Amino acid sequence: MSAITYDKAFEGAAKPVVTIEGTAAAARGGEGAATVPAAANDSAVPAAKVTGRGREWLRGFARATLPPLIGIAVMVGIWYLATLKAGGRLPGPVQTWNAAVVLFSDPFYSNGPNDQGIGWNVLSSLQRVGIGFGIAAAIGIPLGFMLGRFATLSAMVNPIISLLRPVSPLAWLPIGLLVFQKADPAATWTIFICSIWPMILNTAQGVTRVPSDYMNVARVLNLSEWKIFTKILFPAVLPYMLTGIRLSIGTAWLVIVAAEMLTGGVGIGFWVWDEWNNLKVEHIIIAIFVIGIVGLLLEQMLVAIARRFSYE
Amino acid sequence: MKKFVQVENVGMRFDTKKGPFIALRDIDLTIEKGEFIALIGHSGCGKSTLLNLIAGLTTPTDGVLLCDGREIGGPGPERAVVFQNHSLLPWLTCFENVYLAVERVFGAKEGKPKLKLRTHEALALVGLTHAEQKYPHEISGGMKQRVGIARALSMQPKVLLMDEPFGALDALTRAKLQDELMKICFATKATVVMVTHDVDEAVLLSDRIVMMTNGPSATIGEILKVDLERPRSRLELANDPRYVDYRAAVLSFLYEKQAHDERVAA
Repeated sequence: MSAITYDKAFEGAAKPVVTIEGTAAAARGGEGAATVPAAANDSAVPAAKVTGRGREWLRGFARATLPPLIGIAVMVGIWYLATLKAGGRLPGPVQTWNAAVVLFSDPFYSNGPNDQGIGWNVLSSLQRVGIGFGIAAAIGIPLGFMLGRFATLSAMVNPIISLLRPVSPLAWLPIGLLVFQKADPAATWTIFICSIWPMILNTAQGVTRVPSDYMNVARVLNLSEWKIFTKILFPAVLPYMLTGIRLSIGTAWLVIVAAEMLTGGVGIGFWVWDEWNNLKVEHIIIAIFVIGIVGLLLEQMLVAIARRFSYE
Repeated sequence: MKKFVQVENVGMRFDTKKGPFIALRDIDLTIEKGEFIALIGHSGCGKSTLLNLIAGLTTPTDGVLLCDGREIGGPGPERAVVFQNHSLLPWLTCFENVYLAVERVFGAKEGKPKLKLRTHEALALVGLTHAEQKYPHEISGGMKQRVGIARALSMQPKVLLMDEPFGALDALTRAKLQDELMKICFATKATVVMVTHDVDEAVLLSDRIVMMTNGPSATIGEILKVDLERPRSRLELANDPRYVDYRAAVLSFLYEKQAHDERVAA
């Protein structure tokens, strides 16, 4: 028994990489993945055979969750020490936690357009990202396919993309304000601009990277253009496309905070700015966590989708 | 016998950055219906290029190719290709990979049940009924190559073109697939052109062995007629003096007449 406890602690501390892989495998494979550490353990420590499946699962779970928890604990500790030194100007973990409890007890209140719960703010930001990103996908992905398929078009458009891509999307915000005469569509427009480039470029790259073997199969079978698209091109490009989508969503979520700070209205970015004006710094820290968690969830969601469509 | 595939005075030149590169010149070859032809030669001799020309995947810069009396203008299902690296679509199951071909060739005339039946039959022919619903990454290399053969055969091609189909397989699997291919060809009377660099494979399977000179500007060096009655058995032939002679003839062509001269190459 003691051997197992030692083993757990040792491996948890010394091999975080293994632990992370284990988590991913467990999430994907469930039972199959859970038996791998069990088998490895059986050969090393014969006593483990009597401990049974449940205990093995618990052990794997602990190995997966302990290191991240320790990491977070260390971070909170440093935060706490740092706020002790700062002499009360920065809110500490306890203060922030108390404010968060109050804040999340009623996330969906609404006292007019400038005072709404954090839930509404996050949802409005997500909505802007969703609309801007959706339009960008609807235009960027087909455009990417065309650029990948037709070299002349690619040669025409590539210099324009290379020129515009490094520009901060916020530089486009005034144009959006001018054209749409409203803050809300201007923010959506900014999201559109920043999410379209990765989708065009990754889709186009995916099309040019379709293995020539697959295209030879299409030629020998003499498939119709529609069959080539549905049976060969689209499935072959899909992983690249999903990478583009993932990059786009990530950038969009970065940009929305800045855009909303400038445009105002309801949204997590504006909320951060508003709480700064109210000098509620603990709310800003909460917002940082919320933005981080939402971004992480978006990313994980797309990683899960991409894994579903990987064929190798 | 009828002239089925005619390669007349064909040459192939590629324009490279260093100027024109002549891969093939003066190729003349007539293939009869039901014949099994092996193309053999050192690597870089253009044997795959010649196969691609018959497939229509590349167009010759000189000369003309005919199949069943018509000029070969591009690739088509009547000249099915078994690719060196199987080229199965990884997002389709074995069944769907074959069905894609069957549907393309027979979809206009036949209903779904008939198409499915054809697909089942093609996979049964290569002994893969049990793996129909598996994806390519779930099966072994030999099985993938068998699916590739099933896909090609399912189209009932006039000519079956095989580009080193067993090159990437281990010796035991290769022998097994060669035996299967011999049976299938004997049963279906298929016309086959196969690129190989395996002397035993060439002698065992072919009616004629087309031996190519070294590139660049390679051409046909000799054609060896293999007069061994079918069905052939690998074990019996191993000690057959005729088999040994044919083998020696190909080896002598490859390693004496067409030996790579390292000094010239360097």
